[in-house]
Amino acid sequence: MENQNLNLLDRALGLDGPSEPWPLSGRVVLIEDCVETSGSFVLHQLVKRSLSPTSSNVIIFVAFANPFSHYDRILRKLGCNLVTQRDNKRFIFFDMLMLRCPDEGKSSEGGLVLLYEKILKTICGLPGDKKDYVTIMIDDISLVEVAANGGSDYVLDFLHYCHALTSEFDCSLITLNHEDIYSSMERPTLILQMEYLADILIKAEPLSTGLATDVHGQLTVLNKGTSHRLGRSGNKIHNFHYKVKENTVEYFYPGSRV
Amino acid sequence: MRGSLFESPAWCRVQCQRHCSQTPHKKEVPCVFGRPPQLPITKIIRLSAALLACHRRRSTPTAALSLPPRVCSLPPESLSCRLSTIYSWVRKTKLCSVDAAMATTKPRLSSFSRNLSAVSSSQTPGVKCGPNGTMFVSSGIADLDRYFEILGGGFPLGSLVMVMEDAEAPHHMLLLRNFMSQGLVHGQPLLYASPSKDPRGFLGTLPSPASLKHDKSRDRESEQEKGLRIAWQYKKYMGENQPNFDSHRVTHHYSGADNKQDYCNEFDFRKPLERHYFTRQRVNCVGIQHSKNLAALQEHCASFLAQHQRNDGSSALAGRIAIQSLCAPQCEHSNMDWEMLSFIKSLKGMVRSSNAVVVITFPPSLLSLSSTKRWQHMADTLLSVAAIPDEDKELAKLLSGYQDMVGLLNVQKVARLNTQVPLILEATTFSIKLQKRRFLVLECLNQAPVDGSSGSSYGTSGVFLQLSLTQKCYIEQLRMVSKEMDRAVYMKFGGGEKGRESGNNGKRSETREVSFQMSFTPIFWSVSVNGE
Repeated sequence: MENQNLNLLDRALGLDGPSEPWPLSGRVVLIEDCVETSGSFVLHQLVKRSLSPTSSNVIIFVAFANPFSHYDRILRKLGCNLVTQRDNKRFIFFDMLMLRCPDEGKSSEGGLVLLYEKILKTICGLPGDKKDYVTIMIDDISLVEVAANGGSDYVLDFLHYCHALTSEFDCSLITLNHEDIYSSMERPTLILQMEYLADILIKAEPLSTGLATDVHGQLTVLNKGTSHRLGRSGNKIHNFHYKVKENTVEYFYPGSRV
Repeated sequence: MRGSLFESPAWCRVQCQRHCSQTPHKKEVPCVFGRPPQLPITKIIRLSAALLACHRRRSTPTAALSLPPRVCSLPPESLSCRLSTIYSWVRKTKLCSVDAAMATTKPRLSSFSRNLSAVSSSQTPGVKCGPNGTMFVSSGIADLDRYFEILGGGFPLGSLVMVMEDAEAPHHMLLLRNFMSQGLVHGQPLLYASPSKDPRGFLGTLPSPASLKHDKSRDRESEQEKGLRIAWQYKKYMGENQPNFDSHRVTHHYSGADNKQDYCNEFDFRKPLERHYFTRQRVNCVGIQHSKNLAALQEHCASFLAQHQRNDGSSALAGRIAIQSLCAPQCEHSNMDWEMLSFIKSLKGMVRSSNAVVVITFPPSLLSLSSTKRWQHMADTLLSVAAIPDEDKELAKLLSGYQDMVGLLNVQKVARLNTQVPLILEATTFSIKLQKRRFLVLECLNQAPVDGSSGSSYGTSGVFLQLSLTQKCYIEQLRMVSKEMDRAVYMKFGGGEKGRESGNNGKRSETREVSFQMSFTPIFWSVSVNGE
């Protein structure tokens, strides 16, 4: 990791340390975004870092929002070939675009339970050395809710089960959700529970002055309990601006760009 | 073969390869060969840019810019910033790829040429290829296509467009009508769903393409107008960029002779579309008012999209789905929030793998806030229309051309398929006007002339010059203009920032230097120069 170009996001996430053990293993990451600023570029960045040649991660990508071709094209520009990784069994893609849980009356949570079982089976089916470095990515949770016909309880159950996997198998769980959907609700249970569960909270928002071509938005990274070589430290908040490009994303502190 | 205008030498070699199926040229390679390298790099870049401009109109060439080794000895900052201007210029003129290979490496055309071979094979009118392997169909409104030019010009196939209606005015119907007519004119099958009692009857209100004669005269008029509106000094700065503006008025012609084969037609609302366009095979109308839930509509959409499955390499027959007022209160499903969301999600999933565009209009005031946000997140492209009150004096003072405006169109989100880069454009709000009550045009908002006699601090003398600028680079040029004209230049930033930059006129007491914080992008720009 040392010889790679580390940007501010990597440092904020703690990816600037040694790559073994994987700094994110056993941790839950929640990415929040809104209509004006999409947070999917963070997800792409994490995919790229996880699939770097120095690490031996396996990614289970549960996609509700976009098909494989979309991610493939984007990651190719970022320098990561998903087709090869898929063939090498390092990138496992579950296409859930058409998932629709059966209506109430029958087992409403049927679809999500099956999904969880599928994930569990995949992890157990991995060879021994790879089993310790699994990353589960879900894009995105609001569509999981739609697939469950609004049963946010079932979605929460599903997430709790996936969270249990992080302690059982030491895998990391990375999810994306849209924060502005819940900000107008009276009891936004789902997002509050997710924020509580998360070890790392990454929020992508527009600047308070609006959108601009030079600065696409700002990222706030809350890292609960960062662990250094010397031990665990408390919460750390990072805030910086970003600009998304085809091949890379530039992160910089506010005002430090000319 | 040499390009005729550019026999003057530069030692940078520009190779343009044409990939246009419509103009079957042999491989003409305009080359510009050079004198020894005393020629400054800026001149080289300008020459190459102009060379590319003269070929821009006819095709979508790939350009490889290879610079000899002597250039590499230049300090990288100066080289890269100049190269970046030609890159951005070239990208704006829709060239498919520009690669600067520093002489030692060959230009990397292979990945782009794969895309381009798909381009040349697509003979279908009405479908255009764009970056990132996406294909586009016209939205039916030339101004909107032009706005999305940087994307690829139009709506990408496989995307979901949502239009947020204003409950007070039916302007979304104008957009829908243009969209549907454009599809029918190109022979693209259409599925139309509406909560009204007689959806088929709506087809009678679709506009017909305007006659060719009118198009040409309108183009000429508007070009002359543009010429008049620009300050005489400004022309010399705008010289190179002029082709950009001209190209805006030229619709993309495929065969040229036949008006109907234009990528985007101009629609005349006073002329209804000829009946032969909406035969049963091409148009399917579905009423959603009386069905209990959305299952029937979903069936229709599924079978429609199954006919337009995307297979690699096949020529695209695009389809269009237009769903009007999906959550209208007279429909029974209108209070089933999750049902509607589920329908949209499955529709989006189906359309991603097909060659179709779906336009859904809905009134957000009838949904809860969080549902509205969910709908907005599901949209690939999000537009919203708003009505403008008639006789609003404040607005009349603020905006020019207020009398002709019927509404405002706001582009909130633009589809980003196969890419992660967000699209942030300078202007996102347009005024909807019906020119001569026939043609739908979208215009950037312009500030109305300030009333000189009102005694405000703007001063009493003034020629009023209105420009709508959309490019940041003009700020520098504006500074020069203001210094030369010895006048103050006022700029109004849509984001609430007001600034004033003064010229060298010592009489003005307030000479506050505006710090142009480049991280702000105004919603609309208008420049008013007070002269006499």
